[in-house]
Amino acid sequence: MNKMAPNLLEIRDLKKTFGIATGLFSRELTLTALQDINFSVRQGETLGIVGESGCGKSTLGRCILQLIAPDEGQVLWLGQDLTRLPAEEMRKRRADLQIIFQDPLASLNPRMTVGEIIEDPLKTLRPELKRAERRARVVRVMESVGLLPEMINRYPHEFSGGQAQRIGIARALITEPKLIVCDEPVSALDVSIQAQILNLLSELKDEYGLTLIFISHNLSVVRHVSDRILVLYLGRVVELATGDEIYGDPKHPYTRALLTAVPIPDPKLARQRQIESLQGEIPSPINPPSGCTFRTRCRFAIERCAEVRPPLEEIENGRLVACIRWKEVETERAPLAQA
Amino acid sequence: MTDTVLSIEDLSVTFDLHQSEVHAVRELNFSLQAGETMAVVGESGSGKSQAFLSIMGLLAKNGRASGRAMLGDLNLVGMDKNRLDQVRGKDIAMIFQDPMTSLNPSLRLKTQLSEVLVKHQGFDKGKAIRHAVEMLERVGIPEPGKRANAYPHELSGGMRQRVMIAMALLCQPKILIADEPTTALDVTVQAQMLDLFKTLTEDFGTALVLITHDLGVVAGVADRMMVMYGGRCVEKGRTDELFYDPRHPYTLGLLHSTPHIAHRAARLDPIQGLPPSLEHLPKGCSFHPRCAFCFDRCLEERPPLAPVEGGREKACFYEGPMTYEAVA
Repeated sequence: MNKMAPNLLEIRDLKKTFGIATGLFSRELTLTALQDINFSVRQGETLGIVGESGCGKSTLGRCILQLIAPDEGQVLWLGQDLTRLPAEEMRKRRADLQIIFQDPLASLNPRMTVGEIIEDPLKTLRPELKRAERRARVVRVMESVGLLPEMINRYPHEFSGGQAQRIGIARALITEPKLIVCDEPVSALDVSIQAQILNLLSELKDEYGLTLIFISHNLSVVRHVSDRILVLYLGRVVELATGDEIYGDPKHPYTRALLTAVPIPDPKLARQRQIESLQGEIPSPINPPSGCTFRTRCRFAIERCAEVRPPLEEIENGRLVACIRWKEVETERAPLAQA
Repeated sequence: MTDTVLSIEDLSVTFDLHQSEVHAVRELNFSLQAGETMAVVGESGSGKSQAFLSIMGLLAKNGRASGRAMLGDLNLVGMDKNRLDQVRGKDIAMIFQDPMTSLNPSLRLKTQLSEVLVKHQGFDKGKAIRHAVEMLERVGIPEPGKRANAYPHELSGGMRQRVMIAMALLCQPKILIADEPTTALDVTVQAQMLDLFKTLTEDFGTALVLITHDLGVVAGVADRMMVMYGGRCVEKGRTDELFYDPRHPYTLGLLHSTPHIAHRAARLDPIQGLPPSLEHLPKGCSFHPRCAFCFDRCLEERPPLAPVEGGREKACFYEGPMTYEAVA
């Protein structure tokens, strides 16, 4: 990936809240799912988005695709703000921005054949194509995701999870998108199948010149596929850096804790490793802590962390961290287990 | 460590279907020592869960087990339900992936926890509740006295899994079977749980069976491991041996399929193809269609699980070097 590559996508000051009704007569509470989200995605890169349940990573993916309308902020696609596009315009734009979901079987219509499922986006997005041409494209894309063309008339239930995910990928590829948001694409798959799908995604990325946003709770998987990684905590970006920087030299205390908790498939390294276990649990996004939202679980927290919201600052070439103490944290750091 | 708490001999599990039967587990043999952690690794359909559900008498109605599962001089296989109820929860306990579906949503934690003690230990209610609260504290639940009054839905996933563990440990069982206990949890919570398991085996001498598909989890906690494929054990031995010197191509394949956080490989070397359907297991070695080291004999003859050296065992005819470079 070229560091100088142009930005395909820019997210500016994105905010998303959800109203939660708590009872018949009580007032509605507000859950802040995402706030102050700023980042860009470069042409041709894979941007990983990691974080724990409820951190807002899937909501972010859906806000980018306008499947959920953000409350505030801009989603700039090649400079054009998608949040302001009329529905009809946005529909056309969807040929460029596609998504792959976690549960491959649940995301395929059980009453449509594989061929119909993969072909469907073309009918809406490329109405000028003739039926024969659409079918030809379906066959081509099936071949490139490793599905046999003779499976074209089968139904989703006849496929295993891994094959169903290949169908989902084929459906996303058929419109020749520039960007695909992959939302936990391998989490429901067995280890050996997971590896097949990860390899397939990286081959397709090269073949089709794709840009990927890869959302996952599995940090080993994200590390494997991503050029840069964005770490979310409670709806905010806490760190954004290249994969090597994040894994070799994490700056934010949350990133560090998250990384040391990842299981390593190597018994000796696993035994040597010092886990920086986090105290307590993720606070409620309905009533998040003041200042830095991570401070309630951070062993480096001081009084000032409760007073100021740490800005996401560039600390070195393109590296962003939201922690007012990252320099002090640095000096106290214990090295992570290295291979 | 020669105190055997459970000994499994020729355990098989069969399910009756309309027209046929499916062998989910075949001829499983192993023994479990006090205080050790044994991981059972395999993909969906490998039989890893069914083997242990059968020991607990929890098979689906069309399932039946044969062989022996000796807990002391009691054989758990085929034991009648009343007899089994005296053992389950007391000497041997099992926890599952999804704690929400294992806890009764309409009972307060203290009610469902103390029930076990009243039944198995003959405690009166007050003593049982005090004991339950103590156990909640041991598994790291903050304000256990207050939380004991809560209902399961009021807790987070990690807390619910702790409650499950507390419940399983109330009678200090000799054996705890944990079926994918951390799969639904976030990594930071998972790390806390694995830590808790270590403490348990060390402090209580509980023998832990950890059923999982995650080799990272295995590496961190297991003393020994058993790899299952198509209903059979294909390799077993000490964890370090299997990780650094796997002798079965499937074990090697699993290791090469697992992304590693500490070093990023250009690409993974996945096992080709799909796991077999138990109804149509390939002839010979059931792994042969996906195996990079397969030769003529593997197509016809099923390799028996046989000792290698140092107490390890494998079910594979191939004896050459076990790297992908060797076959490339």
